[in-house]
Amino acid sequence: MSSYNLSHLDQLESEAIYIFREVAAQFEKPVILFSGGKDSITMVHLAQKAFWPAKIPFPLLHIDTGHNFPEALEFRDNLAERYKVNLDVGLVQDSIDKGTAVEEKGLNPSRNTLQSITLLEKLEEGQYDAAFGGGRRDEEKARAKERFFSHRDDFGQWDPKNQRPELWNLYNGKKAPGESFRIFPISNWTEMDVWQYIKKEKIALPSIYFSHKREVVNRNGVLIAKSPYNTLLDGEKYEEKTIRYRTLGCMTITGAVESDADDLDKIIEEVAAARQTERGGRADDKRSEAAMEERKRQGYF
Amino acid sequence: MRNTEEYNKTDTAGYLDMDLLRFSTAGSVDDGKSTLIGRLMYDTKSIFEDQIEAVEKSSKNRGDEHVNLALLTDGLKAEREQGITIDVAYRYFATPKRKFIIADTPGHVQYTRNMVTGASNVNLAIILIDARKGVIEQTKRHSFIASLLQIKHVIVCINKMDLVDYKEEVFEQIKKDYLSFDAKLEIPDIRFIPISALNGDNVVDKSENMEWYKGPSLLWTLENVQVASDRDLIDGRFPVQWVIRPQSNEYHDFRGYAGLVSGGIFRKGEEVVVLPSGFTTKIKSIETMDGELQEAFPPMSVAMTLEDEIDISRGDMIAKVNNQPVKGQDIELMVCWLNVEPLKLGGKYTVKHTTNEARAIIKEVKYKVNVNTLEKNEEDKEVGANDIARITLKTAKPLLYDAYRKNRNTGSLIIIDEFTQQTVGAGMII
Repeated sequence: MSSYNLSHLDQLESEAIYIFREVAAQFEKPVILFSGGKDSITMVHLAQKAFWPAKIPFPLLHIDTGHNFPEALEFRDNLAERYKVNLDVGLVQDSIDKGTAVEEKGLNPSRNTLQSITLLEKLEEGQYDAAFGGGRRDEEKARAKERFFSHRDDFGQWDPKNQRPELWNLYNGKKAPGESFRIFPISNWTEMDVWQYIKKEKIALPSIYFSHKREVVNRNGVLIAKSPYNTLLDGEKYEEKTIRYRTLGCMTITGAVESDADDLDKIIEEVAAARQTERGGRADDKRSEAAMEERKRQGYF
Repeated sequence: MRNTEEYNKTDTAGYLDMDLLRFSTAGSVDDGKSTLIGRLMYDTKSIFEDQIEAVEKSSKNRGDEHVNLALLTDGLKAEREQGITIDVAYRYFATPKRKFIIADTPGHVQYTRNMVTGASNVNLAIILIDARKGVIEQTKRHSFIASLLQIKHVIVCINKMDLVDYKEEVFEQIKKDYLSFDAKLEIPDIRFIPISALNGDNVVDKSENMEWYKGPSLLWTLENVQVASDRDLIDGRFPVQWVIRPQSNEYHDFRGYAGLVSGGIFRKGEEVVVLPSGFTTKIKSIETMDGELQEAFPPMSVAMTLEDEIDISRGDMIAKVNNQPVKGQDIELMVCWLNVEPLKLGGKYTVKHTTNEARAIIKEVKYKVNVNTLEKNEEDKEVGANDIARITLKTAKPLLYDAYRKNRNTGSLIIIDEFTQQTVGAGMII
């Protein structure tokens, strides 16, 4: 304390808290996009710190593809209760039933891109003018250029060539009616920072982040969990493996990693030694080199 | 020589002691900036197999001879096609000592605005010079912007030393040229390092090809440069960002003034003044969710409670009684214009400054600065995109500010167009 230095985690935390408070002051109806993953759980923790001892002044919004891990949904409901926040759930199935979203053809359709449709519908329905996301700039090339305050036009689209410059800690959240912002308070965090922070702050996580036994099928090098939403292709079979997840998405596309890491120290060790990015196991990013950029332009998180 | 494997180890016990360094990189189109960043990330194991694979694939598609490390950092589709970087991109890497955030800014001529944006939050700037070309206009422009933004530390990397046979004379001549130009600037700490980003000379490890160079490698310098004392720990400045009122039984009377300490050290029990009202009171407590603190310093986010009930809202500032910011409506500043719509003399804008906001009129353009020669131009007062000018503003209500030179937080502001809502100008108060 006497040298008046802040560690990197303390500086990142302070920056995120500053963003949360800034959004509370500049917007009418912000919402936290809650995916159930470690990044959004960390975001909720930071939001609580920003407004303590008051409650978090925003609701949570979860876009449920219907293909989620049951453990993640149970954790989500408990978390909303623990933090005393309202939880709003948008079902992709509702969009499909309404006809605004169309299920992909084929044996194992991914609902990942359909999430954007349901998300935009829910944002409009709730009249939310700012939506917090747990996106980090280290995750993916297109995200490296995201702003903390990311402007979206009235179709929820991102225009990477026409972003507002962000200088010092002065954030411009001004907008025309119908336009909105996506806010990324943990932009500057890396996967390692998030894990170190989770350990430092003793933040609870869904069990599937830790090593466990599960039946999985190896599909093009990605280990997909056995679930009602997955149909085996010719020649495929499920095998029981000791695995864990580095990221949480739909059960149909999120790849597991073989791992014995059953506590945070082991996970941090594993992250440090990992030779693949955490998104490396996600089939959705592999579709084309600019897959993430295309999805973001269309309104993805 | 240091084994790069070292960076692969974790030190789970030591991570709390790691600190953070933010730096910017600027260079011209071909002087190897992306390759240097790729090299730093690659050699510190901050790049993963799947990223390397993707880059190998694209290098092959483009018909490049070897794996093009620059492709790791060129993010957007358009720039991958054109082969230039078109916006500020942020990169991350860490060593056991420090976490680094790189604001990677393009060096292309029309992108002064990106450079200013990228440089606004950094502690240090790396300026790249191609050893074959020496000090060119862009080198001067980058250095001027670093100086304007009050970046205290600049590392001039003289790159592509392999292409000049690692000759000491080349390095010394460029250093001399740079220093003669630099006399006009305000950068207290300048260092020169001869490197080859492509081959890794003096990037992570000291090069065996340049025995004549006695200084440390670039990474060693980045790990060890002292930046903590660059913060303003003297002038107590706490812009109120948000008022926390829990409205619960347990915290019925709690009123916490939340914000980020922008200057100075605030202590529990200390007498403070609330501006602009001018009431004085004492700090009752400094609160965080982790418990009460005895003192708060930059850049901590905290909430203060005060002994007396005073009407305080967002945009107000808590300061030391005997050390207060300037309060005024006529403000003189250096502005970097960011938008294609030129500055409108007499035009109305909104100004954002600390947590405050005010309408403002641009009263006068005093001169423009030629960013290549640093000469003042008092004739041409048309301020367009990428121009830097000295102007005066009049705000509709008083702002509480300091000179940018004294405090980067309370001395900076942005100018917003009232119709398009775009951020059109970046201002540094004189």
